[in-house]
Amino acid sequence: MLGYAPVITVLLMVGPVLAGLVGTVLPAFGYLPALGGNHVSLLPWQELFAQPGLWISVRLSVLSGLLATIISFVCVMLFCAAWQGTRVFRVIERILAPLLSVPHAAAAFGLAFLIAPSGWIVRVFAPLAGWGRPPDIITLQDGWGIALVAGLVIKEIPFLFLMTLGAMTQANAGQTRKVALTLGYGPIAGWLKTVLPRIYPQIRLPVFAVLAYSASVVDVAMILGPTTPAPLAVRILHWLSDPDLSMRFMASAASLLQLGLVAGVIVLWLLIEKLVAIWGRAWAEGGRRYRNDGIFRLIAAAISGISAGLIILGIASLAVWSIAGFWRYPDLLPGQITLKLWQRELPALMGAMGNSILIGLAAVILAIILVLACLEREKRQRRQPGQGAMWLIYLPLLMPQISFMFGLQVFFGSIGLERSFISVVIAHLVFVLPYMFLSLSDPFRSLDARYRQTALCLGGSPNRVFWQVVLPLLTRPVLAALAVGFAVSIGQYLPTLLIGAGRFATITTDAIALAAGNDRRMIGIYGLLQALLPFAGFGIAMLVPAIWFRHRRAMRHGG
Amino acid sequence: MSKTVTLARLLAASLLGGAVALAALPASADPAPDMKNWDAVVKQAQGQTVYWYAWGGEPRINDYIAWAGKQVQERYGVTVKQVKLADTADAVSKVVSEKAAGKNDGGAVDMIWINGENFAAMKRNGLLFGPWVEQTPNFKYVDVTGKPTTVNDFTVPTDGLEAPWGMAQLSFFDDTSRVETAPRSAQELLAWLQNHPGRFTYPQPPDYMGSSFLKQVLTELVADPAVLQKPASKADTQKVLAPLWTYLAKLQPVLWREGKAYPANGAALRAMMADNEIDIGFSFSAAEVSAAIANFELPDTVRSFVFDGGTLGNTNFVAIPFNASAKAGAVVLADFLMSPQAQLRKQNPEIWGSFTVLDMNKIPDADRKAFDALNLGVATLSPAEMGNVLPEPHPSWMELVESEWQKRFGVAQ
Repeated sequence: MLGYAPVITVLLMVGPVLAGLVGTVLPAFGYLPALGGNHVSLLPWQELFAQPGLWISVRLSVLSGLLATIISFVCVMLFCAAWQGTRVFRVIERILAPLLSVPHAAAAFGLAFLIAPSGWIVRVFAPLAGWGRPPDIITLQDGWGIALVAGLVIKEIPFLFLMTLGAMTQANAGQTRKVALTLGYGPIAGWLKTVLPRIYPQIRLPVFAVLAYSASVVDVAMILGPTTPAPLAVRILHWLSDPDLSMRFMASAASLLQLGLVAGVIVLWLLIEKLVAIWGRAWAEGGRRYRNDGIFRLIAAAISGISAGLIILGIASLAVWSIAGFWRYPDLLPGQITLKLWQRELPALMGAMGNSILIGLAAVILAIILVLACLEREKRQRRQPGQGAMWLIYLPLLMPQISFMFGLQVFFGSIGLERSFISVVIAHLVFVLPYMFLSLSDPFRSLDARYRQTALCLGGSPNRVFWQVVLPLLTRPVLAALAVGFAVSIGQYLPTLLIGAGRFATITTDAIALAAGNDRRMIGIYGLLQALLPFAGFGIAMLVPAIWFRHRRAMRHGG
Repeated sequence: MSKTVTLARLLAASLLGGAVALAALPASADPAPDMKNWDAVVKQAQGQTVYWYAWGGEPRINDYIAWAGKQVQERYGVTVKQVKLADTADAVSKVVSEKAAGKNDGGAVDMIWINGENFAAMKRNGLLFGPWVEQTPNFKYVDVTGKPTTVNDFTVPTDGLEAPWGMAQLSFFDDTSRVETAPRSAQELLAWLQNHPGRFTYPQPPDYMGSSFLKQVLTELVADPAVLQKPASKADTQKVLAPLWTYLAKLQPVLWREGKAYPANGAALRAMMADNEIDIGFSFSAAEVSAAIANFELPDTVRSFVFDGGTLGNTNFVAIPFNASAKAGAVVLADFLMSPQAQLRKQNPEIWGSFTVLDMNKIPDADRKAFDALNLGVATLSPAEMGNVLPEPHPSWMELVESEWQKRFGVAQ
């Protein structure tokens, strides 16, 4: 059975993506009989390239994707370099880890409430500055996409940070750092010169995932990004939903352009990587110690703290809006507090929460079985998967969702699995599984091999050893992976709506539908729950081992 | 088995899957309701579940839909489930993808809240079931002469393919604590804005409300409004649209954020009003302002007004896709939505506040009295105060205006 695990996993990952892609490539070249496209033609491409501002949209996507990735990457590296192994590090780790669970849309709504010209930050200063009216300036949806980049950065920092944490345990970063310090290097320089080169290969794919996500993001871009014109992915969504159905052809072509754009950005990153490597090698070998890096250490801590603070404050503003009566600008807090909306929404909320939890649980349980089976097989066969296999698992994260969703709908429809619970779960699995693989593979591989060997020597069968030794030792990371997967599942919008044909209203699909009504109180309620649900998942993942292992000291910080 | 072989197989399997997906599958017949025999339709509807795809952005509306569902459940044994959409086009997309997969029967969408371009596109592509509307019992109450938009959706004849369920008319609103004299025409609006720069904006086309604002201006400024009732291809479009572009060129520098950014939709205008970012907004629902005040979304100094020359009006409809699974159930539900009882509740501003499609002279006396007794709310104009209803231009004008707008104003950098 175990032998089939990788095949099933790859099939579940790659199958839907490729099936969806076929359903997008054909219309991009004019073939979609349902809409009268019976001949292959280049017309969709001609129409696409005639779109006004197309290249501005492309530039926006490329720039915001690259910038968001570079900034969050540099921040995380700088912070790890400056503070690894210190108390500050542990504090920030405690704060950042749960923030990974906040869905992008909820974080973006929260940030928007903070930085809008009528938002909380302006309201703090308004009485002092005498702004009776919100300043007529663009802080949201600015043409350069600064707000968009900021929104992406605060969400990607926790993700990259956690990925780096995993890589550091593998690379024995703690000892390396100590050696560098002993040799007289400043903490930052020492870390960058000795630890970074060893962990970078391991966090490279997560970085690519961030890059691909940032260059093709839809929900965050709709909330924070510019609109005149919007980044490419947002425009594709509009074209896909244009009443003029013949636009579907052009939208399919644009989806392929988006795919090419993501590929291009990754190639660009690889080039930058090469250049930095050449320069970095010379820098590392130069031997300068850079002992006085105190100011940079403070900056690194400040940026991490601010980015975490922005998410937390944003969530707090969602909470306040959800119970606000009429809230006049520039009041810092609403004049009245009311639970009316919560009461009115309660029945709908219960149903949506139930669906979110059911779909999420089904997806993560399936995923954890597959991930563990793949990893266990790899261990027993004593071979690490090649880079190629890893790329396949990452394929769904590297592909813009929008470029295969339409095709995927058609695919599920034609095999009779449409709008079924199972098809929604599979659609979620496509996105959940890579993240769970990411978060579990490092702890699994770095588990001390001697436990397994000892147990085998004592006469345990491989299966028994897995169930009674390996799995209990991995309780903490397994639960963490489940929580990560659950959070990813909660945040899915397009797959839930399109594949489920609206049969499965979740907190997220309802949140986005209500956001169209722009009632901040409703956005507050749904955004808050969107953030709380995965947060509860992380809470359980942390609590269970704490209770379970309360009499086993050595297990408390294991994993 | 080498890794490459496995991969090649996977690839082949996936590609095959995709190819199968696009090949048309044979259709199995599902008995369409016999519209000549209403009793049979009602009988067929019994026990069906209707998935109604409707914009879900407004809790009041969602509540109304839930109420309607409960009513038809009790009366006809039809279960109604609302699929809340952020954009009606998602439902259209769903039907298209089903047609692409050869699913001519047993489709996901049983009913769509629709009008305008979405209807025109579905009608053109043969994606709708019907005609069925004129055979429903309650259609006889609909005011097809006094409210011609109940059978002509943006000038496109409905041909019995969609049932009217509410009237909409553009109305403006201002914060009377900040605006002394509200402008009563597009030109007055421009003049007012030049004195109060940054205090007005419109949602970014192709958002429905944004495009509606452009059409309102166009209708006011065009030399001969009749030309807008015919497809754009039959006119010298440059000449017709010239006054609109001249107007917008003057308007843009004095818009909120100098027209470098636009709000996403009509609902956003309400929030901007509450935040004191703008002084004048507009909506398609006469009762929206009163409801929003009650819902803490707007200060209680906001009031509605219309332009002296009239404002655009249209009708909201429900339609049934060609491959719907529960056609009889959907027909029964649509018929209920046109009943005096359902329309009365819909017009009640405490529930929704959307004006009725019915003819007051055709409905039973008791119902008419109930309509007369409705209290429309502090900020709501009565049907009489709403003034002239201007007809919507042909959908081709909207498409043209939207794409031209995108070229001229949608690329600000």
